[in-house]
Amino acid sequence: MANPAQTRGLLADLPRLVILTLASLIILAPFIWMVSVSMKPQSEVFSGSLDLIPSEFAIAENYGKVFDRVPVATYLLNGVIVCFGILIFQILFAVPAAYALAKLRFAGREVLFGFVVLGLLVPYQTTALPLYLGFAQAGLLDSYTALIAPFTCSVFAIFLFRQFFRALPDDLINAARIDGMGEFSIVWRVVLPNAWPAATAFAIFSVVAHWNDLFWPLIVIQTGDLYTPAMGILAFRSVEAGEDYGALMAAALLVTAPLVIAFLFAQRRFIEGITMTGLKG
Amino acid sequence: MVDLSQNAALSRRHTRRIDSDTLAAWALALPAIIAYLLMILLPLLAVLALAFTDYELGARGFAFVGFDNFAEMLRDRTFAASIRNTFAYALFVVPLSIGIALLLAILIEDGARGRAFFRAALFLPVVSLTVAMATAWQYLLHPTIGPVNTILRDLGLGTPNWLGASEWVLVSLGFIGIWQNVGFNLVLFLAGLTAIPRELYSAAEIDGARSPWARFRLVTWPMLGPTMLFVVIITMTRSIQVFDTVQTLTQGGPNNASEVLLRTIYQEAFHYFRFGYGAAVTLVFLACVLVLTLIQTRLIDRKVHYG
Repeated sequence: MANPAQTRGLLADLPRLVILTLASLIILAPFIWMVSVSMKPQSEVFSGSLDLIPSEFAIAENYGKVFDRVPVATYLLNGVIVCFGILIFQILFAVPAAYALAKLRFAGREVLFGFVVLGLLVPYQTTALPLYLGFAQAGLLDSYTALIAPFTCSVFAIFLFRQFFRALPDDLINAARIDGMGEFSIVWRVVLPNAWPAATAFAIFSVVAHWNDLFWPLIVIQTGDLYTPAMGILAFRSVEAGEDYGALMAAALLVTAPLVIAFLFAQRRFIEGITMTGLKG
Repeated sequence: MVDLSQNAALSRRHTRRIDSDTLAAWALALPAIIAYLLMILLPLLAVLALAFTDYELGARGFAFVGFDNFAEMLRDRTFAASIRNTFAYALFVVPLSIGIALLLAILIEDGARGRAFFRAALFLPVVSLTVAMATAWQYLLHPTIGPVNTILRDLGLGTPNWLGASEWVLVSLGFIGIWQNVGFNLVLFLAGLTAIPRELYSAAEIDGARSPWARFRLVTWPMLGPTMLFVVIITMTRSIQVFDTVQTLTQGGPNNASEVLLRTIYQEAFHYFRFGYGAAVTLVFLACVLVLTLIQTRLIDRKVHYG
């Protein structure tokens, strides 16, 4: 079928292009300025000039300050450890549970699913205070465990995988049973390999959410060695007294870059991932 | 007789099948169940109990104080500011970020040129570290050296202290919130728009819907109903959970002008160590999220035309 949009001339398309370009410029403004200011010497930043290209580059100075004063690499590594730690447990716990809810008939299934839905309604910040007390009691504050453990049971992952597994043909599973496979091997060797779209979508959603999280790390982490990227920026702000924008923007850029670069390389997957998991904010 | 015994054997086999399924199912779900109990259900029950105590961090004991914490909230001016600001922020961010996202999604979908670029550019804030981007906004909105005020000054307009003046701070944080949410809502709308069958537009045109507005009203709007419901609920919940930008940029200031619910919880518990009171505020926060989700599901359900 002929789509008029595809064949429209440049002139007719112009109003659309102008509005979208303006919107994109506003959205990209903080990114553009972040890159620009991270290369400017302090004197130029304070002159308030609108030039994006600095007349004198201070890249080494600004980025040098960041590496000198805070362990950025450690923050990034912590971010990676925490995000992947959370993701591995979420998959490990959610996939078998979701398979049971989707494909097995058993006593108590409705009750379990009811609890999943209940969990979906409760924002994670609700449980923060008792969890803090629990971790304090167990002597686990200020540890990777404290950063990872609260998120190991993702009801959202169970919900998402359950939806996906329900669509898998029963014959696939029955054939595996006839071949003598137990339920555990069916989950990992038959069901999960057929659910990659759901798994990637969830992985992207989970990593984006936890890479950006500030609320929980702020509560349980005191030691700089365990700071996540978000906390690292907060710490650097206070160390720098907040006014050395060149160095601040350099730090901001360094911790934002990993996910943004990953996104630019796998745009479609990211957008599909977020759309598929969009149900949950 | 033969029939009966056969039936019995069949049903016995059936029961055995279910029993072994039940055993396998509970075994498969066990890790998730344990984590759920420890990390979600028990803490949820604990926060319910904690809200009715006067527990303070480090205190030897605590007492049940009934509704005292909730009564105190009614007199607490910080809490009043907090709840007022949270709702003002949400009422500002939700309609604007949804309206702008819908408009931009329709524009992107309406042509082929630059589609991938615009979508990627508008989506970028979703994958960016909020604390870092808030810092970039702090520079952009800086009262003296920030580009926004430099441009305003060149245009001969006023140069407000965006994040430092109590009359502007919520607007500025709200603007950053809109900036963050537009891309997220946009991709959800794009998914909803592509799901609308093209034939409906042709049919509407034959029926006399000549202007783009008429086609939007007749086809796009009703067909987008379910997507709209999701987007409204998600944006509302995300807005009520605003914390990162406030904590980074204003710490609730000046004079509580940007104090929001999650920050009040954080502050009461980890600055004043008043866990009982913090838990009570948490319950108010939870109630807000639940009530809004419920109302929206009810309200929009009635108006949605499911395709």
